[in-house]
Amino acid sequence: METLQLLFDGFAVAFLPVNLVLIILGCAVGLFIGAMPGLGSVNGVAILLPVTFLVPPTSAMIFLAAIYYGAMYGGAISSIMLGIPGASTAVATTFDGRPLALQGKADMALVAAATASFVGGTISVILFTAFAPPLAEFALVFGSPEIFALMLLAFATFVGLGGDDIPKTLFSIFIGLVFGAVGLDIVSGQPRLIFGEIIGFMHGINFLVLAIGIYGICEMLWTIESNKGNVMISQATMSFRGLLSALKELIGTWKTMVMGSFLGFFVGILPAAGATPGSLMAYGTAKQLSKDPDTFGEGNVDGVVAPEAANNAASTGAMLPMLTLGIPGSPTTAILLGGIVIWGLEPGPMLFIDQQEFVWGLIASLYAANLVALLLNVAMIPAFIWILKLPFTILAPIIFILCIVGGFVPTLDMHDVWLMLIFGVVGYLMRKLDYPLAPAVLAIVLGPLAEPALRQSILMSGGEVSIFFTRPIASVIMIVALVLLLLPLYPIIKRRLTVKAR
Amino acid sequence: MRRAELVMAIVMGAFSLYLMWKSAELPIGWTKGEGPGGGAWPFWLSAGMLVCCIWIGIRWALRTSPPSRSEDVYMDRRAFRLFALNAGALAVTIGLFHVVGAYFAIPLFLIFYLRFLGGHSWGLTGLFAVLTPIVIFLFFEVALLKSLPKGYTEPLFEPIYAIVF
Repeated sequence: METLQLLFDGFAVAFLPVNLVLIILGCAVGLFIGAMPGLGSVNGVAILLPVTFLVPPTSAMIFLAAIYYGAMYGGAISSIMLGIPGASTAVATTFDGRPLALQGKADMALVAAATASFVGGTISVILFTAFAPPLAEFALVFGSPEIFALMLLAFATFVGLGGDDIPKTLFSIFIGLVFGAVGLDIVSGQPRLIFGEIIGFMHGINFLVLAIGIYGICEMLWTIESNKGNVMISQATMSFRGLLSALKELIGTWKTMVMGSFLGFFVGILPAAGATPGSLMAYGTAKQLSKDPDTFGEGNVDGVVAPEAANNAASTGAMLPMLTLGIPGSPTTAILLGGIVIWGLEPGPMLFIDQQEFVWGLIASLYAANLVALLLNVAMIPAFIWILKLPFTILAPIIFILCIVGGFVPTLDMHDVWLMLIFGVVGYLMRKLDYPLAPAVLAIVLGPLAEPALRQSILMSGGEVSIFFTRPIASVIMIVALVLLLLPLYPIIKRRLTVKAR
Repeated sequence: MRRAELVMAIVMGAFSLYLMWKSAELPIGWTKGEGPGGGAWPFWLSAGMLVCCIWIGIRWALRTSPPSRSEDVYMDRRAFRLFALNAGALAVTIGLFHVVGAYFAIPLFLIFYLRFLGGHSWGLTGLFAVLTPIVIFLFFEVALLKSLPKGYTEPLFEPIYAIVF
């Protein structure tokens, strides 16, 4: 009851005219920034943090949280419409969102993404409201072995992404992980894998370089080849009736939405995990649980719903350790944490006691931001559809330019743009030979999280790998991961045994 | 297609060996007090890549993977032309970013693509060639303060900076 009373007090703060305006403005700005390839919530929050000094801390936090939410919704737009993930959190949305758009079902994909984001956001805010302090303590139980086990579980689910060609899928994962290791060694600080002693490799390979190369350049080259002479790539339309029928079809995906929401929220509250692993794991899990896993990657709505529900849920989850423990769960929350400190507040358990108006005002604003982002997103779907209706010979150069600019902006280094072109061209040549490229993108995102977790775990145990099987949570996750890794071998063994028996 | 499958496996296998050699510049074994050496993670992953390439080679020899059985041409003349035109135009545009900067390279690329590849009218081509760099400038440089490369055309932007900032 006390929680409900505090939440109502929070709504009184969130619905102040100035805060309502900031929520709407934040969601609109976030939606736009999230939809731009190369820019994500972290860019939006970082760029607009100084602007918030003009308003009180509560309003500032509400504005930044709305940008964060809006960007989570917006990331799906470029993934679906252009095939370029707006941010790492929207990588998994590309896998099925883009094929749906190419099949003329962009409206379906966009409505699915918006609805799933809303469901994920709502479930996670309710969980946040009810279980904030105990969940934050549970997340602290996760040490390096548990984090690595979780990463391995994520990779294990990826093995299924490549269909039957296991060596090519594994190759894709390995090469992504190696690219993720380029730069400085995290322990010794020594340069590692600096090809040709080129200085640009010192800052590592940004995942966006590989993601834009593969989902931008490679995808466009592929579309151009398979599209010979056809100037229209999508015949999507949008009407009120279409919207209702899309919503009706989405009712069948409610289980995936709920799964993605819970998984995303849980992964989001883990320190240093964030929305990207959450969305990738939700995609993998949805595929594993699906009755029709072969259609994933070819335009399955569940493949859009799962990562979108998860990344929104994770973005709320990531705020939990930030507020209760002062530990950011994602890069964006790290910047938000910086803001809280600059505003003169002290993150941690005392925040819930000393700054109730701030904390509950923020929580209540998340409910409002979620609804505003949904309405804005749905209202703008016709505009997004119009973009897809442009002739391909107009759309293609615009996408190529967005790829170049999007590859340059994160690091402001032309080295990355060249690298992006190379990845795009080589990716195209490999794709023609059925090499799955999605696992490489996923691996370059998770590699920099997995390696330190593995090295810290092995250091903790003095070189004993058994540490992953002696800690209860880690061992359960490891066993599930190993089972998933070996699962693709089952039909092969079964087929061989059947042939032998004959 | 069959030959391309083998060539790709050999090239990627050689790349894996290069990565293993490059990783071994840092210790790849156990360093006392520090745990696994800095090169261990990429070294063993590269070794995994090599194993996968050998595995793909074996499947090629046994003709068990679809590309190793395929009789199709890897890239026909038309596909190669489209690929070379698009990838080449992109490479030239990115190269021009260093010389004339983004705001001149982008219109040149748009003119080439819209007018000469797409066959659109000069009016439409001109509209996109003028509007696109303006929108990009306003969004990235003015709103987000992200400066794009300008090459030798940098001095031309100083009067604009004086007005905008």
